[in-house]
Amino acid sequence: MTAPFTRPKRKNPVLRTRLPLPPPGARSRAALGLSAAAAMGKFKLQVCEACRCVQYPPREACGSCLSPRLRWREQDGFGELLADTQVHLSQEPYFRERAPWRIGMVRLDAGPTVIVHLHSACGPAPCRVRVGARLDKAGQGVLIGFPVDEVANMADDRQLREMTCDPKFRKVLITDGKTAVGQALARTIIAAGADLVWVGQAEPWKRSAGLEALSALPQVAIVPLDLTDSSSVVEAAGSIGGRVDILINNAEVHRTYGISARNGTDAARLEMDVNYFGLLRLAQGFGPAMRGRAADGAAGATAWVNLLSIYALSNFPPHGTFSASKAAALSLSQALRAEMRGSGIRVINVFPGPIDDEWNQPLPPPKLAAEALAKSVVSALKDGVEDVYPGDVAQEWLARWEENPKVLERELTA
Amino acid sequence: MSGVVAHDDVVVTAPVTVPYSRYSVRNAHWFCAQALAGLLQSSGLPKSEIDGLCVGSFTLAPDSAIGLTQHLGVTVRWLDYLPLGGACGVVALRRALRAVQSGDAEVVACIGADTNHVDSFRQTLESFSVFARDAVFPYGSGGPNASFAFLTAYYMRLYGATREDFGKICIAQRDNALAYPNALFKKPLSMREYLEGRVIADPIHLFDCVMPCAGAEGFLVMSRRRAENLGLPYARVRSTCERHNAFPEDPIQMRGGWVLDRDRLYGSAGIEPCDVDFVQTYDDYPVMSAMQIEDLGFCEKGAAPEFIRRHTFTTEGSFPINTCGGQLSVGQAGCAAGFLGLVESIRQLSGRNLARPVPNARFGLAVGYGMITYDRGLCSAAAILSRADA
Repeated sequence: MTAPFTRPKRKNPVLRTRLPLPPPGARSRAALGLSAAAAMGKFKLQVCEACRCVQYPPREACGSCLSPRLRWREQDGFGELLADTQVHLSQEPYFRERAPWRIGMVRLDAGPTVIVHLHSACGPAPCRVRVGARLDKAGQGVLIGFPVDEVANMADDRQLREMTCDPKFRKVLITDGKTAVGQALARTIIAAGADLVWVGQAEPWKRSAGLEALSALPQVAIVPLDLTDSSSVVEAAGSIGGRVDILINNAEVHRTYGISARNGTDAARLEMDVNYFGLLRLAQGFGPAMRGRAADGAAGATAWVNLLSIYALSNFPPHGTFSASKAAALSLSQALRAEMRGSGIRVINVFPGPIDDEWNQPLPPPKLAAEALAKSVVSALKDGVEDVYPGDVAQEWLARWEENPKVLERELTA
Repeated sequence: MSGVVAHDDVVVTAPVTVPYSRYSVRNAHWFCAQALAGLLQSSGLPKSEIDGLCVGSFTLAPDSAIGLTQHLGVTVRWLDYLPLGGACGVVALRRALRAVQSGDAEVVACIGADTNHVDSFRQTLESFSVFARDAVFPYGSGGPNASFAFLTAYYMRLYGATREDFGKICIAQRDNALAYPNALFKKPLSMREYLEGRVIADPIHLFDCVMPCAGAEGFLVMSRRRAENLGLPYARVRSTCERHNAFPEDPIQMRGGWVLDRDRLYGSAGIEPCDVDFVQTYDDYPVMSAMQIEDLGFCEKGAAPEFIRRHTFTTEGSFPINTCGGQLSVGQAGCAAGFLGLVESIRQLSGRNLARPVPNARFGLAVGYGMITYDRGLCSAAAILSRADA
């Protein structure tokens, strides 16, 4: 078993906050395929379409038959740990600060020998292990050797925690507590061990039974936060920005219009003001402080979650302006991800299909329940993935989009 | 043997070492220049007589051998650049032999040189190869220490080697180094110090590791007649081999390409392993010395631990290895490390005045190994040299 992660000591406020240093992040273009798969929680290796040979390290042509037709395919990761070591002396400051660092050499059943970060519950060599992929603090895909069988507190492994964003003992800001999704997020993340959850409230004069019930929980604090108001965002950031470890931006405005169903731009402008400009205001208000605290102890700042929509990938014309605002937010979140990457803060984008709420009332099932959405967000944090597509509709759209985005556009606009 | 043309009339001479330093503010060009100057001085040849140049270096960038010709003001009709690390000395020798034999060049200067600035080593590691950058360096960034920790741990488990076995080699080499003026490590090493050396990447401890440093090595390749006319003491080249990416199917490296080439290596030289009077192993880590002892036919695979317990390894010992101290005691000056064993072999076999000569040495074996672009050293090479009269 793995030693459980215990509550970190209170930080001495006089001590300097360590600057976040990323592990080596340079990769060849071929190797980015591993990162792309890990970003979605998958372990994929290149497999030769011609001779089926599994390749590693990533390359431009099959190491066996020289065919350039290499395709990234999911792997089960089973293999034999040949040797393991603890690196006590590293060339990189990131690993020096975290020494000793355990690594292993694994012969995969699929063929290649791989070098992995090794979970503390593995081994010693020789033994069976299961290799999986995660994103490291540089935001790049890396391989990890896990024990074949689940052990207690597996997620609490010191090295694995560098790759994940577990809410345990962390402080979380949820930007909108008025919706069912916001309330479900708060309850789920508290259940996952979060220390403190700030819940944003844009219009404090409006009563909300759900929010009142939530505020009775000892871990919950309500904060005034209106994403359409720059000074409100600046004020909230000034008061709690230096303590937020996980920011979940779930605030959204959803109106169900296309282009010609409603004249004027007022509804579309409101969607953009919250869904796009709201994210921009938040990023400017909270981003710098979170970046600065990305190496602030074992439960420091770690993740930024954006609630987008599967409609961000391709416009759903009956909800045309909403889709456009989510596409804008997706694009902006990619810029945010790039700015956060050097620090190790993970930007997680969530692309749900229709949520089971008022605004999707005319749509047929399946629709995503708020609790299911909240669960998928917490799983994403625990697994350290970057893109999440919760629910059957989102999964189906994603599959169609990956296969051919132009065909999906035709299907949606038919 | 079949297909291999002997190179009887080509010899190696003028062994030169540019003294090593842990760090240097000079660049690799400076070390190449010092090596070439040393070759000219020790051979008495003017620069204009050097018509072939072969250089191994990692730190010349953005230059390669061609930029060096202008930098050093040499006009050559044969040029080669071999950034092959631990194999570049033997490979340079092989190329140069053929150039002289075929008449493409008359006198070839072979130089291995690298500098070491304070951050050079880390920079070399992080961009050493595409595979290393993608699939090794992000995993703890331990460099070769971590890679050889895997091989050493596996070897120890498989063949029952102990840290004391590896320590015995390191200690004997340190003893050899005490008489070698260019060694960076000049203090005797005890077994206790070896065993208590701090852990770097278990089972690798401090004294299993070479120290990266700056320096250069070089020698000249020319016809025997030319060397004799110049009055230069020389060593003969009896046989050589190189092999790259041998046994790619092995899950972890427990043998090198020498296994494929050793019969031809000894056959061409007309000797057996027991005729070899000393071996300069490529000792970047002691486990590699053990593998080379096995793969070059001095004992069976897996029997090196027992071989080590049975033998002594100083210059006067039953099986002298790394008679100047090897990289473990002299230092690893990048590509110069691939020349170190050859240069020392030439000294031992060409009647130079040495503080620690191997008594009555007639045949010497110098081994090259290196280039861990991913999980194993891809290059293996070896050369058998002999005294002029052997």
